[in-house]
Amino acid sequence: MPGAQADIRITIGGDAGQGVESSGAMLSQALARGGWHVFSVPDYRSRIRGGHNFFQIRAAGRPCLSHSDPVHLLLALTRETIDVHVANLAPGAGVIYDDGFRLDAPELESRGMLPLSMPLAKIAEQHGNKLMLNTAALAAAAGILDLPLDVLESLLRDTFGAKGTKVVEGNLHVARAAYRFAKERYSGRLPYSLPPKAGPGAERLVLSGNEAFCLGAVAGGCTFVAAYPMTPATPILEWMAAHERDVGVVTKHAEDEIAAICMAVGAGFVGARAMVPTSGGGLSLMTEALGMAGMCEVPVVVVNVQRGGPSTGLPTRTEQGDLLFMLHAAQGEFPRIVLAPGTHEQYFEAGWRAFNLAEKYQCPVIVLSDQFLAASRRSLEKTAVSPESVTIDRGQLLTAEDLERLEKPYRRYAMTASGVSPRALPGHPQAVFTATTDEHGEDGHITEDMDLRVNMMDKRMRKLETAAAEMRGPAVYGPKDAELTIICWGSTVGPARESLPLLLDRGVRANVLHFTDIWPFPQAPAERALHAVRRAVCVEQNHTGQFGRFLRMMTGFTADGHVRKYDGRPFSPQQIAAGVLKEVGVRA
Amino acid sequence: MPDAESAKAPGGSRRDKRPNGRPAGRPEVKTYATAYKPTWCPGCGDFGILAALKAALVDLEIWPHEVLIVSGIGCGSKLPQYIHANGFMTIHGRPLAVATGAKLANPELHVIVVNGDGDGYGIGGNHFLHTCRRNPDITHIVENNQIYALTKGQYSPTSDPGFRTTTSPDGVFELPVNPVAVALAAGATFIARSFAGEPKHLQRIIAQAVRHPGYALVDVLQPCIAFNKVNTYNWYAERVYDVAADDTYDPTSLRDAWERGTEWGDRIPIGILYRKEGVPPYETRVAALRDGAPVHRDLRARLDPALFQRLHREFV
Ligand SMILES: Cc1ncc(C[n+]2csc(CCOP(=O)(O)OP(=O)(O)O)c2C)c(N)n1
Repeated sequence: MPGAQADIRITIGGDAGQGVESSGAMLSQALARGGWHVFSVPDYRSRIRGGHNFFQIRAAGRPCLSHSDPVHLLLALTRETIDVHVANLAPGAGVIYDDGFRLDAPELESRGMLPLSMPLAKIAEQHGNKLMLNTAALAAAAGILDLPLDVLESLLRDTFGAKGTKVVEGNLHVARAAYRFAKERYSGRLPYSLPPKAGPGAERLVLSGNEAFCLGAVAGGCTFVAAYPMTPATPILEWMAAHERDVGVVTKHAEDEIAAICMAVGAGFVGARAMVPTSGGGLSLMTEALGMAGMCEVPVVVVNVQRGGPSTGLPTRTEQGDLLFMLHAAQGEFPRIVLAPGTHEQYFEAGWRAFNLAEKYQCPVIVLSDQFLAASRRSLEKTAVSPESVTIDRGQLLTAEDLERLEKPYRRYAMTASGVSPRALPGHPQAVFTATTDEHGEDGHITEDMDLRVNMMDKRMRKLETAAAEMRGPAVYGPKDAELTIICWGSTVGPARESLPLLLDRGVRANVLHFTDIWPFPQAPAERALHAVRRAVCVEQNHTGQFGRFLRMMTGFTADGHVRKYDGRPFSPQQIAAGVLKEVGVRA
Repeated sequence: MPDAESAKAPGGSRRDKRPNGRPAGRPEVKTYATAYKPTWCPGCGDFGILAALKAALVDLEIWPHEVLIVSGIGCGSKLPQYIHANGFMTIHGRPLAVATGAKLANPELHVIVVNGDGDGYGIGGNHFLHTCRRNPDITHIVENNQIYALTKGQYSPTSDPGFRTTTSPDGVFELPVNPVAVALAAGATFIARSFAGEPKHLQRIIAQAVRHPGYALVDVLQPCIAFNKVNTYNWYAERVYDVAADDTYDPTSLRDAWERGTEWGDRIPIGILYRKEGVPPYETRVAALRDGAPVHRDLRARLDPALFQRLHREFV
């Protein structure tokens, strides 16, 4: 057996409805329980049955920031899977399939694969029942990989425990039989193996980005979620609804996205920490109400999990096509904050930080993620998604005691140096005021007075200047003195960072400059960071290079090259490396 | 100024205690007075609606800080500007949704929505339909003048066939929305109609609507003296009759409500057309609200490591 590689990549493929994603999630979890770091991405279509789905898993001894190519082990739940994925297999990659497929093993071998035919369906039927086919397949993969059987067994017990001992026992019998078969028949044949683990395996969690975000929002005191289902944001509403009583959050599946954001604005107005998860189409419907939150200075958090556009676009796929839209959505000018978390940890942090920013600056906060970040699963230390690092800052919120001490009638929109007016919530006799989406004076009453209008615009927009002081500049990953810098934002950071060693292999010493805080733009730190850049390639998932254009508008900085992708599939590190090399004229 | 790190519930309130107590005595009509004079045309039906609303709140002994009046955009939607109470003039067509969020976040507030027929039955029609079947404890007063007034006289969803306006030069040839019939079909639990020209009647109806636990629609016939020269005070006054005067009318009967509710023309029924008791308001069925309203939650409890130990378990 050749020496172990730094990571192992496994793909599970099958038809929609075959449980590809749940099997992939289980194998990811099993690898994490075994002590490896994992990163996995589902790839599915916008339909319930039929069509090829797959799930990519990468496991390593160190944290993985993205999926990677090529694949070492393919678990084919259909014959079609093999043809779809053959081009992306490493030499000698193992292919596990049911012997009922009656494939020509020597032919597979001649195409560079290691055929691993096994009687999976028979094992499932004999030791449990037909429905346990995926358990047999998972156990076969575990056997081939030498993943300890007890890890898989404990996971099966936990996963099926709620379904009763019969189901648990059945799955265990099937798993043991398939595992034994795989080991007896094929032990030592796969030219790839699980990479060494770094130290003893700590107990890690495996979470999707959306789940990490939900935990962040819980820690941040989110008490109200309203939404209309839209892929890939739906899991946020679903997770919150499932935990509604446990964590104390009111969830509302509204009649449409307009209602959803209006409900959140109503809830935010009276004092809830309210949020609306959606995707671009929903956000298009929400724009008018976004302006209402801006005009009436109501805190509200809007999460846009981007998918491929325009219009219905690619519902289950990824893109970064809404950046400029988020900066300008709705008529007129008003303060808003836009955060674009790139990693699972950052998505968790955005979950609570957005609520603090919304209440401190009394404005809408947009968290801009995408399908890749939302749906990919990563192993994380518990501390990365725990409340220890979380603070709750409600900004200038008047208490009953403050209100009782007021000498003059309360003015909700009082002029202040920071632009932030102390906020009172309905329910106190001293806090009575009327808000309006028309231009208004300090007490909230409608006005068309020229000077007052100008002063009010200035007051609201001043909040942005105040907020800008706490916006974070871009992070640098890799050598400070790199000859080439990959500029990216949001979820592209994972594959971008993973592309650095690949570039170094080709003699290019590069680093990554990653932006998460988009608006208000962190002007000074951004300019400092750009000043150190020698040669830059802007990498983003859209057609028009929106971030590159935005950066030029804000700083005058023009990147030397661009790598853009809008096929709906996330960048792999290999694709970024190849794109960057092409831009800088290094031949592949 | 409050401590910026403070995570405690605003207003120092607890779930089991009424926020901040109540002022001594009883509210009077002047308790609701503001310094601002309405910009409505002299003689506008909206004056009658504003007066009736204040009088009803006084009858109910509700204080300005205990009520939240949410409106949309339009002449009638300006009402919150002219009453001393918590108010929110939102965007055109959306006040029911905003009000629903406010009610779910703080069910202690009496939430009243006031908007025009364009706002409520046109652009906001979807929210109207869904609020009826959802049944939150919200009172909905629609100032129905059968015209778009603020935009200066276009036909509305309740304009009668044949009505000529700037956008219906050949006369309206769409069927009007009958809000009573729509609300009945959508499952509303309290449906009433009144007339801005009968402020006492309107005051009584609003008071009953606010007392009704659940969604309560009050469709108010509101003459627009500037742009609707057909449906005038006299036009309405000649036609309206209160169903309460008829001993045989049973407002709990869907059949009676449908028969009278669809009557429109020479005779227009007003009064409580339908009411269904015993349907729990939406917010009373929300599991998360049983342990306290969002606005009264102690957010610091979220930082409890035990909560996260529990939540983490599903990801191991
Ligand atoms: C999204 C949107 N579309 C259009 C308008 C313009 N507009 C303001 S009020 C109004 C209609 C007013 O009619 P109604 O709601 O019946 O109220 P009224 O003025 O008659 O009281 C319209 C169309 C707007 N403010 N917002």
